[in-house]
Amino acid sequence: MDNHRQAFKEEAYELLGELETALLELEKDSDDADLIGRVFRAMHTIKGSGAMFGFDRISMFTHNVENVYDRIRNGKMSVSKHLIDLTLSACDEIRKMLEESGPGTAEDDMAADALARAFKEMLQEAGSAVVSSGTLSLDEVTASKSDSPDVPESTGHETTWRIRFRPKPGIFITGTNPVLLLNELRELGICNVLANTDGIPFLGEVDPEACYTFWDIILTTSQDMNAIRDVFIFVEDDCELIIEKIDDGMQDDAEVDYKKLGEILVERGDLSAEKLKDVLSAQKKIGSALVDSGAVSPDQVQAALVEQQHIRSVRQKRQAAEATASIRVPAEKLDSMVNMVGELVTVQSRLSQLSARFNDRALVQVAEEVERLTSGLRENTMSIRMLPIGVACFQRFQRLVRDLSMELGKDIVLKTDGAETELDKTVIEKLNDPLIHIIRNSIDHGIEMPEVRKASGKPAQGTVHLSAEHSGANVFIRVSDDGAGLDTETIRAKALEKGLISSDAVLSEKDIFALTLAPGFSTAKTVTNVSGRGVGMDVVKKNIDALQGSIEMESQKGAGTTITLKLPLTMAIIDGLLVRINDTHYIMPLAAIEECVELTREDVARAHGKHIASIRDEIVPYIRLREMFFHSGDAPEIEQIVTARINDTRMGFVVDQVIGQHQTVIKSMSRIYRDIEHVSGATILGDGSVALILDMPKLAQRAEADEKAQFAALRE
Amino acid sequence: MTTKTIMTVDDSASVRQMVTFTLRDAGYTVIEACDGKDALSKVENQPLNMVLTDLNMPNLDGIGLIRALRAHPACKFIPIIMLTTESQAERKQEGKAAGATGWIVKPFKPEQLIAVVKKVLG
Repeated sequence: MDNHRQAFKEEAYELLGELETALLELEKDSDDADLIGRVFRAMHTIKGSGAMFGFDRISMFTHNVENVYDRIRNGKMSVSKHLIDLTLSACDEIRKMLEESGPGTAEDDMAADALARAFKEMLQEAGSAVVSSGTLSLDEVTASKSDSPDVPESTGHETTWRIRFRPKPGIFITGTNPVLLLNELRELGICNVLANTDGIPFLGEVDPEACYTFWDIILTTSQDMNAIRDVFIFVEDDCELIIEKIDDGMQDDAEVDYKKLGEILVERGDLSAEKLKDVLSAQKKIGSALVDSGAVSPDQVQAALVEQQHIRSVRQKRQAAEATASIRVPAEKLDSMVNMVGELVTVQSRLSQLSARFNDRALVQVAEEVERLTSGLRENTMSIRMLPIGVACFQRFQRLVRDLSMELGKDIVLKTDGAETELDKTVIEKLNDPLIHIIRNSIDHGIEMPEVRKASGKPAQGTVHLSAEHSGANVFIRVSDDGAGLDTETIRAKALEKGLISSDAVLSEKDIFALTLAPGFSTAKTVTNVSGRGVGMDVVKKNIDALQGSIEMESQKGAGTTITLKLPLTMAIIDGLLVRINDTHYIMPLAAIEECVELTREDVARAHGKHIASIRDEIVPYIRLREMFFHSGDAPEIEQIVTARINDTRMGFVVDQVIGQHQTVIKSMSRIYRDIEHVSGATILGDGSVALILDMPKLAQRAEADEKAQFAALRE
Repeated sequence: MTTKTIMTVDDSASVRQMVTFTLRDAGYTVIEACDGKDALSKVENQPLNMVLTDLNMPNLDGIGLIRALRAHPACKFIPIIMLTTESQAERKQEGKAAGATGWIVKPFKPEQLIAVVKKVLG
């Protein structure tokens, strides 16, 4: 580029010298058209070439001068002594700019600006109607640089376009080769081109220099409409060009089948709808029937067929691509794989333990490698079982909501959010029934009849909102409705009637809502087909508990109810905290645990026999697992409290020792132990022994119940 | 493969130099002409595949050159690209009417020039 700049400079100096000579001559003979032309061209060249080689200031400055001489050339202005003077100083200014060839000083700028203004004024005085082009800013100069075909932006997904390109017969005389344009289109994407030669006359009448053919093109490309238009930029005025979008590539699940032949022809404007109907009633093969009837030409039918074929193959490809992107595997295979990974994790922890005992460096190295691989394998395997909740679960509810609301005469829509949230397959399966129940409740009890809603100023159409989101190792699933909400008074009365609470019980709003989860509680005034058959929310609660999850309810009377289900991501392998009491090991799910602190005998003594500890200035009640599980012997001098957050309160669990984090493969226990409430499963440790997995919320409940029973016994 | 021959017609030597340099680099044979008249005199010597011409030139300007080339049997159907400035919309129309294939707006970058040449020459 630098030698081009040098060449331009030399040329510009030369032109400036020539300009001066011409200007001086012009001063003597101010009407010489040839001289005026020379001045204009010199200015024009300095401007045009200047911009080309990066002399933007010169280009901008010269633009004004050029404009004045353009008007003189066209006889709209005349040459004056003043103008010659100005132009000569303009030449000096340009020369200066050339020497600097960089941003000028402020002083120079002022001089240049003053001159530029003088030329502009001259244009305005002449009553110029083209003043608009008299002020050319640097922006315009640089903007025009990108005027030529650049690499067009890609829109990301593939769109299919129908293009009809019908050049005027005289297209060849402008040096245009239509074949090149078609080739250019082919470079944009998958392209089917069909030439329509109906217009070619008999040999005797053919003008060999005229273009009789037009083209129908079906193009599938990730480029946008502008990229296609750019191909035809030089011939826009010399042709008939129709570009239409016929497939936007967004309907992934669209059927491979495309429009019928007749439809395409009507859409293209080759055939009227009435004519199509006439021919269709004749019941022949549509293409040949249409041609026979003379409604369309064979070429037109061919073009429509090509379009049909093109779209079909594009869609087929898309589906094929999707099919290869994922493979279907029977669920049992996955389950057995997860089981094997579970075994592997167990074996790995045994290996780690052994290697620690032998303290052989080579063995430790291998054991660590195996540990790393196992944990990677475990994560991978778990992620394979993850399914988006939308596909596996939410989708079915659309139909449910529609059918139920019809049945009840209500107008309800189901909106879903976070359908892409992934959850373990087994969790989703077990979630289905509880969710159906909750949604039914919302539709039946929650959302009012349209008239009632209108009367209370709500839109007649009720909304049930179903959403899912990740939060740490948990997933929150919310079902909210904009219905009547829960009535605390009604619930309270009902609970009293069923003997669930005593008449003097002081209950928070939350406690009252929780009553609806109690067995045998149903507030529906009448038993309907939909809900209220006695099996109420307690069944939901049982199911969610079985999933290690929890339920929370929020409601505002008149505004609606929200039920939040908190669920663990997976149920097969969890991160657990391994603890010990005497020689027995237990696992606590790590997700709920907050911290571990020491508990000394002094601390216990200070609490005067109450199971309460002060942790970080907070009073935390604790459960002595040693006592609860009837372990014999004395506790060690220093015990450990593991604190966990359960139902929004902190609770401590006292153990002898905290051993550490442990990858826990959950094994369900045999049916004999089904009724043991505070244990949710078991796992096998590295040394082959079994550790029970504690159900911490259940333990807390149990402790609370025991406390209450003791308290009651004391009162009596 | 025989190389294609392109003629660049411009009264600005620096533009000619840049065009020639760019096109030679891309493998084309380039003939230079400093105005329309010069261009026409050189048409006879060698078959041309394409012409790039400025519009404002002494002796014979771009529009005149395009008309003359279209009347010439050897150049009737070859692509002719005119170099215009943004302020010459009417001239562009005039050029199209005279038989120009397309245009490049000055200032342009070498790669833009190549893109346009490829577009019309294949």
